[in-house]
Amino acid sequence: MRNTQRTEKIAFLFMALATLIIIVPVGLILFIVLWHGLPGLSLEFILAMPREGMRAGGIFPAIVGTLLLTLGCALFSIPLGILAAIYLNEYSQKNWLTRLIELAIINLAGVPSIVYGLFGLGLFVTFLNFGASILAGSLTLSIMTLPVIITATREALNSVPRAFREVSFSLGASRWQTVRKVVLPNAIPGILTGTILGLSRAAGETAPILFTVAAFYLPRLPESAFDQAMALPYHIYVLSTQVPNVSPKIQYGTVLVLVGLVFIMNIIAATIRARFRKRKTW
Amino acid sequence: MVQAVKSLNLEVKSNEILGIIGPSSSGKTSFLKTLNRLNELYPNSRTEGSALLDGENIFRLDVQQLRRRVGIVFALPLPLPLSIFDNVAYGPRLHGSKNLIEIVERSLRAAAIWDEVKDRLHTNAFKLSGGQQQRLCIARTLAVEPEVILYDEPCSGLDPISTLKVEEAMQELKKNYTQILVTNNVKQAARVSDRTAFFLMGELIETGDTKDIFTRPTDKRTDDYVTGRFG
Repeated sequence: MRNTQRTEKIAFLFMALATLIIIVPVGLILFIVLWHGLPGLSLEFILAMPREGMRAGGIFPAIVGTLLLTLGCALFSIPLGILAAIYLNEYSQKNWLTRLIELAIINLAGVPSIVYGLFGLGLFVTFLNFGASILAGSLTLSIMTLPVIITATREALNSVPRAFREVSFSLGASRWQTVRKVVLPNAIPGILTGTILGLSRAAGETAPILFTVAAFYLPRLPESAFDQAMALPYHIYVLSTQVPNVSPKIQYGTVLVLVGLVFIMNIIAATIRARFRKRKTW
Repeated sequence: MVQAVKSLNLEVKSNEILGIIGPSSSGKTSFLKTLNRLNELYPNSRTEGSALLDGENIFRLDVQQLRRRVGIVFALPLPLPLSIFDNVAYGPRLHGSKNLIEIVERSLRAAAIWDEVKDRLHTNAFKLSGGQQQRLCIARTLAVEPEVILYDEPCSGLDPISTLKVEEAMQELKKNYTQILVTNNVKQAARVSDRTAFFLMGELIETGDTKDIFTRPTDKRTDDYVTGRFG
């Protein structure tokens, strides 16, 4: 008896250590970024245009570019993703076609991001002639985000107990009425969480925007969806490798802004999930 | 594919309570769920034959309309994650009814639960006890004004007092509704139903007045079951 208790204590110790080890890299990244980046952070940094070949001034166009790209990605991937998930879960028959679609979605999630970038270049920039533009970049990002949103939505829909649907049908509801009144409202928190996480990933990706939208140096705001734009992930790459003699304050400051943006989105998603769990009555 | 219910002919009379008894897996619930075509929710289910509701074949009717006319109360109390009011109003709202407050009160009264919830209609339905939730589900079914009410072992999870309240409600409802009660509890069928049907392994063995089924059944298997020699 005493031996099993000792083994248990040792096992728990290892598991606790493993958990703590995970916090270390995240903590280190945050610490280093904050330490070097905070001094560079100022209202002017965030709101001003870059000057002197990006060695001075601010990063406003990059921030705006990233926000626009994230918005564009949301515009395309959210409706498509949610509707596709609803169809797959609530309407489709379990036949070979459905399985094929599900396989396609899984594979879409596994495509390397540089391949997305090249695909976007081929289809949106070149073939459809959108040129390197916010439109092309958003579309490329949304294809990348689609499987994430579909999967998260399906999980959320599946978490609604089957019994609720049966009750709704037994009272004479149609399938759409059941989805709209019983399934969706209870799945929204899960859908929101997964969507925000998916979008936060899209905001931070470099490869998909490399050929489709990102501009090296564009010290003005984009005026239409067909314009190129700067974006934070690419700007960080540029500042770190393509421009000589950039002050670390500017480099780390840019990283801090991007990490901060992603961080805020993740916290929002986690908060939604936590508050929903508390209020769930079933 | 398993054949859950073999060929049968069964008549249900207006305003009666028909009890369906039999051991587990005898096909009682499968049969019950064909009567409002709820079995169609399960993939790969197949039904052959016809069932007539007031002379119309239910398989030719619009399924949503059919389910309004034939309501069901499930074995576990299954409130929707809404308030008490919204639970009962769910059905009427689907069909566009306007006088919801009146409908909700009338249904809760008919299910013998009005007095217990009238002061808290907007609290979440999950805060009620099991027996209250089940009576809420009856009220919810009544709110769409069906002609027939199906019960699938409605008291299986309930304490004796709640069971008694549900059975009393059923007796009251006889005036206006035809009711079919599937139950594993033989004594409940004896208490409550006017006529009883006995199912065994997917087959309808015998139907008759409850008194007859329990005192002088025609089939030996029925006799063995109601006297508790097996089951």
